[in-house]
Amino acid sequence: MAQWWADVQMKFTAAFITGDRWKLYFRGLGLTLEVAVFAGIIGVVIGTAIALMKLTRTRGGKETAFSRIAEIYIDVIRGTPSVLQLLIMWFVIMKSSTNSVLVASLAFGINSGAYVAEIIRGGILAVDAGQTEAGRSVGLSSWQTLRCIVLPQAFKNALPPIGNEFITLIKETAILGYVGLSDLTRVANQITTRTYEAFMPLIGAAVIYFVIIKILTILLGILERRLRKSDNR
Amino acid sequence: MITVKELRKSFGDNEVLRGINYRIEKGQKIVIVGPSGSGKSTFLRCLNLLETPTGGQIWIDGQEITDPKTDINRIRRKMGMVFQHFNLFNNLTIMNNITLAPVKLGIMSREEAKEKALQLLGRVNLVDKADAYPAQLSGGQKQRIAIVRSLAMNPEVMLFDEPTSALDPEMVGEVLEVMKELAESGMTMICVTHEMAFAREAASKVIFMDEGVIMEENTPQAFFDSPQCERLRDFLSKVL
Repeated sequence: MAQWWADVQMKFTAAFITGDRWKLYFRGLGLTLEVAVFAGIIGVVIGTAIALMKLTRTRGGKETAFSRIAEIYIDVIRGTPSVLQLLIMWFVIMKSSTNSVLVASLAFGINSGAYVAEIIRGGILAVDAGQTEAGRSVGLSSWQTLRCIVLPQAFKNALPPIGNEFITLIKETAILGYVGLSDLTRVANQITTRTYEAFMPLIGAAVIYFVIIKILTILLGILERRLRKSDNR
Repeated sequence: MITVKELRKSFGDNEVLRGINYRIEKGQKIVIVGPSGSGKSTFLRCLNLLETPTGGQIWIDGQEITDPKTDINRIRRKMGMVFQHFNLFNNLTIMNNITLAPVKLGIMSREEAKEKALQLLGRVNLVDKADAYPAQLSGGQKQRIAIVRSLAMNPEVMLFDEPTSALDPEMVGEVLEVMKELAESGMTMICVTHEMAFAREAASKVIFMDEGVIMEENTPQAFFDSPQCERLRDFLSKVL
């Protein structure tokens, strides 16, 4: 028993204490969150634009050039692995860029945008058509109606799946190691190869991901309740 | 004030309006009745182009609104519309529901709009609901707010699309009361409804629509007491 406990302590020290290794995990987590947050913002902006483009129709109710472009975008992004998208962005499209966080955020943001677009499109379609009719009937333009009435309700509808998408995004950044960036997962892996001991670093990284996402889940719950204020009876 | 000529509307192969001709003068209260599927709601919704007609013309104050060059947003400002399902803006408080359009369209300042809203809310006894959200109101309260929201734009004509059909029976009276007051104040009104008592009491003309055309039109008294066409007699025997 005492032997086992001493062994655990030694492995723990090797994984987190020696050479201030715990700092590496937090630096990795910092990069993970930095890329996830920027990509999340890019994703929501692109997603909203793509959703609106996909919903455009001609007067006769037919598809427009915009809606076709949006469909192709969603098809291409959803139809290819995100690791490949990251590699293509890194080694092909922006290979001359030196801002690694920017390139990574763009790759993940463009990826996330396709999924967010479908979420927001669903959120918009879930808003009763009567809301739009009422907006137009008092003289608001279609853009004013969209911005003041439909989109706020659409975002509220879309918040739970957008939160879900952001959580997926945080974990998806674990592939950043493919382009040589030291995110949380890669840091844990590197420490494993240095200490020849996998348990502590990998479980440690998993716990850090879990705690971050748990906190985020709680925050999203609070935000959701606040947005639902107008539904209280 | 409103002239409708040979108005037609089809949804796919289904022709809902088959040539409507009508003239509405300022201050008139027109009540439209008819069986479901007769096209009465579609006719009303064509008047502010919530439905785009497939044929014919509509003039409002001498302006042809069916002309694609007409700025319909500007026309709609002077045409209020009240819907069967209220359609209050769910994300906004009652006050913001009322002031949104006047402020956004630059017709009033925020203060003017608020003052106007409070005055109108007073008319329907709902001043205390100014900060509530639509979900917190009863159906009757929502519909009175919907009327107020339209009135805030100082419309010249009000369109009512079955305003009491989605209400619990005990709430119909409070909404009809507001509509009657509005009628007495001289507002031009066009109202699709199943409330025959309201038609008899408030209408200057009653229209009977069936199968996409106006079958009969008369003063309320003649309309209900001596209906001319067989279809109307049949309809009235079922609803009265």
